[in-house]
Amino acid sequence: MLKEEKILSRPEILTGKFSFCAGCHHGTINKLIAEVIESLNLREEIIAVIGVGCCATMYGFWGVDIINAPHGRAQAVATGLKRVHPDKIIFTYQGDGDLAGIGMHEAIHTSNRGENITTFFVNNGIYGMTGGQRAPTTLPGAKTSTTLSGSEGAPIKMCELLETLSAPAYIHRVALFSPAEIIRARKAIEKALYAQMNNKGFSFIEFLSNCPTNWKMTPLESLEYVKKMTEYFPLKVFREPQ
Amino acid sequence: MSEKKFMKGNEAIAEAAIRAGLNFYAGYPITPATEILEYFAVHLPAKGGVFIQAASEIEAINMVYGAAAGGARAMTSSSSPGMSLKMECISYIALAELPCVIVDIMRGGPGLGDIQPAQSDYFQIVKGGGHGDYRLIVFAPSTVQEAYDLTFESYSLADRWRIPVVILGDGALGQVKEGIELREKSSVLIEKPWALSGAKGRKSNRIVPFNLEPLELEKMNLALQEKYRAIEKSEVCFEEVNINFETELIIVAYGTCGRIAKSVIKMAAENGLHIGLIRPITLWPFPCDEIRYWACNFPNKKFLVVEMSAGQMIEDVRLAVGDDKKISFYGKMGGVVPTPEEILEEIERRVLC
Repeated sequence: MLKEEKILSRPEILTGKFSFCAGCHHGTINKLIAEVIESLNLREEIIAVIGVGCCATMYGFWGVDIINAPHGRAQAVATGLKRVHPDKIIFTYQGDGDLAGIGMHEAIHTSNRGENITTFFVNNGIYGMTGGQRAPTTLPGAKTSTTLSGSEGAPIKMCELLETLSAPAYIHRVALFSPAEIIRARKAIEKALYAQMNNKGFSFIEFLSNCPTNWKMTPLESLEYVKKMTEYFPLKVFREPQ
Repeated sequence: MSEKKFMKGNEAIAEAAIRAGLNFYAGYPITPATEILEYFAVHLPAKGGVFIQAASEIEAINMVYGAAAGGARAMTSSSSPGMSLKMECISYIALAELPCVIVDIMRGGPGLGDIQPAQSDYFQIVKGGGHGDYRLIVFAPSTVQEAYDLTFESYSLADRWRIPVVILGDGALGQVKEGIELREKSSVLIEKPWALSGAKGRKSNRIVPFNLEPLELEKMNLALQEKYRAIEKSEVCFEEVNINFETELIIVAYGTCGRIAKSVIKMAAENGLHIGLIRPITLWPFPCDEIRYWACNFPNKKFLVVEMSAGQMIEDVRLAVGDDKKISFYGKMGGVVPTPEEILEEIERRVLC
């Protein structure tokens, strides 16, 4: 007789159904972060700070201490929490409109203070929750509901921008369009949380992500588009934790 | 024996907060409130608290949101234009029901205005300022001693009601130096089982000023309103001076104007006029019932509202009195402080003529 044994299950931290669209990388990223937190046995040490956008509903399915921040301000809220709980592990989870648009001020200053927190930055080059408007990271030529004849200016490269500062400890851009990239992304999450546990300072992981709904693509087509994004947003470690 | 010290209003507020057990302060420089930031920079870390000079007003209030969510006694301070920037987050803190203390040392507006004393942000602080149906407990000290005492008191109120408390002063209060007693009191620390601290051995805590389901958000609003009605019943605070059967005119004024009104009362008495004062110490909840009592039961009494604004608190006095014909207004704008002499002249020439 073969004995059935469960070798893999959904992280217990995730207590409810995802509210994300089918094929969206938010689900993958949420699951990866939850898996890493569980594997490092950090469930009771975590405080999550959630930005505004599609991720604002995360409080509904994350079984850790969690707070919703005003639009763009997650890193300031995380700073307040970290300074009164320096022994806890604090992460922010923010999209590109939240972090690189309305929250650019906090993105630069939190990084420049070397605040010992971790930021997970989900860059899909579009405002998802509001239905597909131009983001600061929208690729040239992309059509959105607010740039019918193509985007204006050039997309902001957050990792490259933060690399100009001396304070951040760890800066890494990853993607999720293949199993190999997903494994790399998981390792980056782990390295970022380790950096924080070892008081290395600010860690920043950018996930090149998709938005099949607002890109008006099938999930498979969206993966091809993320690959195209890597020509402009190269996948690499910009700074290794020392 | 309590300690006596010669301090600016801004310094006294900061000292009171430290003695009340402040754990966390974040602020941004702005005249005429900057001494609060500077005082904390020197004294708060020495007492084991966290001091951060934020890169913006918005960052400062959001750091306070985070620290308060973490269970700390948290504070920020600013002046009028800076307060405008903080409003979005204050609205979040109100729905999240987090305790914190915010100091606003008002200056002349609108716009960049000037840096002189003003009271033109009454609407902003007392009536809202941010979005949504929320209230803040608002204290309006009129002396440095009172600023010290009320700041100390504000922490237990904020904790008890899980509400932001505003210390609303003006440039005169912030900058004037007076001898004060640093009264030693004990500020009660209460348990905060709702705070975020990592879900060790308990269910996770969620601080979520957000709900996409209208009926759920309505419930959250109803709970807030119920709390506000309870605060209105128990936390109204005011001072009355020289109000009796003989009083012909009741001045209603707060903060610096309340202090000036006391000089007016003395000068008027020398001229044979019976003038009294109702000085709201809490602007919300407003001492509506007290003003209404005198207006309803003594129909001959007149009211004069004095403010350093175009007339903002007067709207609450009108609601309380219920008869506009009995109410006059004297106001100065743009950072100009009225003198007792000109107020008395106004009373003699126009109000009691």
